[in-house]
Amino acid sequence: MKPKYLPLAATIAIFILAYAVCALQYPAMLSTRVVGNLLTDNAFLGIAAVGMTFVILSGGIDLSIGSVIAFTGVFLAVVLEHTSIHPLAAFVLVLAITTVFGMVMGAIIHYLEMPPFIVTLAGMFLARGMAFVLSIDSIPIKHPFYATMKSFYYKLPGGGRITLIGGLMLLVFIAGMVLAHRTRFGTNVYALGGGTQTSRLMGVPVARTTILIYALSGFLAGLSGIVFSLYTSAGYSLAAVGVELDAIAAVVIGGTLLTGGAGFVGGTLVGLLIQGLIQTYITFDGSLSSWWTKILIGLLLFVFILMQKLILYLSRKKAG
Amino acid sequence: MIRTVQQLALRLLPQVIALAIVLAMIAAVFPGFFSFSLQNGRLYGSIIDILNRGAPVALLAIGMTVVIATKGIDLSVGAVMAICGAVAAASATHGNPLVVTLALALATGIVCGIWNGFLVAVLDIQPIIATLVLMVAGRGIAQLVTEGAILTFNDEGLIFIGGGAFGGLPMPVVIWIVFGIAITALVRRTALGMLIEAIGINRRASTLSGIQTPVLLIAAYTLSGLCAAIAGVIAAADIRGADANNAGLWLELDAILAVVVGGTSLLGGRFSIAASLLGAMIIQAINTGILLSGFPPEFNLIIKAVIIVVILVVQSPKIRTISSFFARPARQNGGER
Repeated sequence: MKPKYLPLAATIAIFILAYAVCALQYPAMLSTRVVGNLLTDNAFLGIAAVGMTFVILSGGIDLSIGSVIAFTGVFLAVVLEHTSIHPLAAFVLVLAITTVFGMVMGAIIHYLEMPPFIVTLAGMFLARGMAFVLSIDSIPIKHPFYATMKSFYYKLPGGGRITLIGGLMLLVFIAGMVLAHRTRFGTNVYALGGGTQTSRLMGVPVARTTILIYALSGFLAGLSGIVFSLYTSAGYSLAAVGVELDAIAAVVIGGTLLTGGAGFVGGTLVGLLIQGLIQTYITFDGSLSSWWTKILIGLLLFVFILMQKLILYLSRKKAG
Repeated sequence: MIRTVQQLALRLLPQVIALAIVLAMIAAVFPGFFSFSLQNGRLYGSIIDILNRGAPVALLAIGMTVVIATKGIDLSVGAVMAICGAVAAASATHGNPLVVTLALALATGIVCGIWNGFLVAVLDIQPIIATLVLMVAGRGIAQLVTEGAILTFNDEGLIFIGGGAFGGLPMPVVIWIVFGIAITALVRRTALGMLIEAIGINRRASTLSGIQTPVLLIAAYTLSGLCAAIAGVIAAADIRGADANNAGLWLELDAILAVVVGGTSLLGGRFSIAASLLGAMIIQAINTGILLSGFPPEFNLIIKAVIIVVILVVQSPKIRTISSFFARPARQNGGER
């Protein structure tokens, strides 16, 4: 097997093993209801993680997504409460805002040559601050269209439901895979992750690609915010704190190299499901405290970073 | 000697001016801002309050400055604060004497720092990612120590660290000023500071020229862990309890912001601890100013974002090239004269 598939294979193996252990202890874990809930509960995180995968593949990082999700939720709640425009129009409006927001961050990163870390940190403060300015209270969304959208689902055999948002997440992952592995843009992203200088010499449009990557991340964070507002039926400016960390963890556990240039969008889905599985197991167990989730995810992160180091070391040794 | 003092004054000038402007703006709205009074042998007043409330960020900024100077970053300091606060509280409730409690808490911070340093220096992992592990897992570990509850304690000695006074100043202020001077003396009176800057500018070249890069890197992260431990003990002593969820939450970002406001580049190299401490005070002065002026505290975040963007533009390599391009003819004229 090629070394580049090794992290992905390890992730999938860990997921299958973990699921098997869970199912042995609690046979009910195999029911399609659990599977459906796993998708629904992690839908917003998954959509944001697809954007994060592209950013990390290009060698960058985006810390602003949690704040953008909160901003989107508050914006939708405020707009739907105070105006009579249709939710779909509000969705388009908010997606345009978050996409432009991402584009501006990408432009600053490229043209001012500043580290993505600090630029998106400013974006994180700004988006959270704007959410606070719109409203500091949790505003419920009572629009009938929300109820209609929530009533859409595909019924699996066994009583499980793939809800609209769970299905949307799967669609976003498929679109992300096509974008990453089958388009010119995707190839450019991988090239950028290999090194800005080399990709410029290869003729990759560095400025356009960088701006597009952060625009994509902003767009998906906005979409994730819409899904989050559907999931919670409310907008709250303190919501989704730390989602960026969960998304980064999902990407790394999914086998994407943190230095950029290598990884798979599909791996992020498995990384996300492993995180969801840990939470589901803790819920099933009932006696374990929720902080074990954090410790286990931290531990998994560490193991995967070590494995990446080892693979890099081995492939370098082979090449040398 | 006079020359070094002059250089230092010139280096700190932008931060001093910024702090003076912020304070002047607050004082223009609140005439009584600068007044303070002495009660029961302790000073009270808005300025003292800024120094006191800014203590955790100031302490974190000391360690963060050194880490950033090595071209690194430490995201875990907030979580380490929570762990060390939890350890201190747990030890105090077990009835351990103050010395043992402090030793345990500081040792925990040092261990966390060595762990981060080991990942960065020996395993050669990018600093953002290496410290992310502890940032994610740290609060879980802190909750493991406190068993999910907010641990409260009544140890007089420990509470004194958060709320006591020494020589008229609140203890946290005394601690961060003394610690800041000690670390500045340590890195500037020896070659350590220069070696750290060398690593930040070019790690490979430093290693090749015989600098003990791994040892210094681990030392830098250990210092950051120690600073976080002291800040964590102060934060816990201040509320007389350890809150694993909220102690030090997002303070890593404030500490990084303080260092950036202090003019130390995130790309590593030259650093100034004094400037970072001024940066921490600027941030705290803005916080206090917004609270006093009756604006919702949420405006803080937007102001912080604006500050970052302004500093980014000023520090940006591109802008530097452009400004030096315009400055060049002027300098040449000066030479001809």
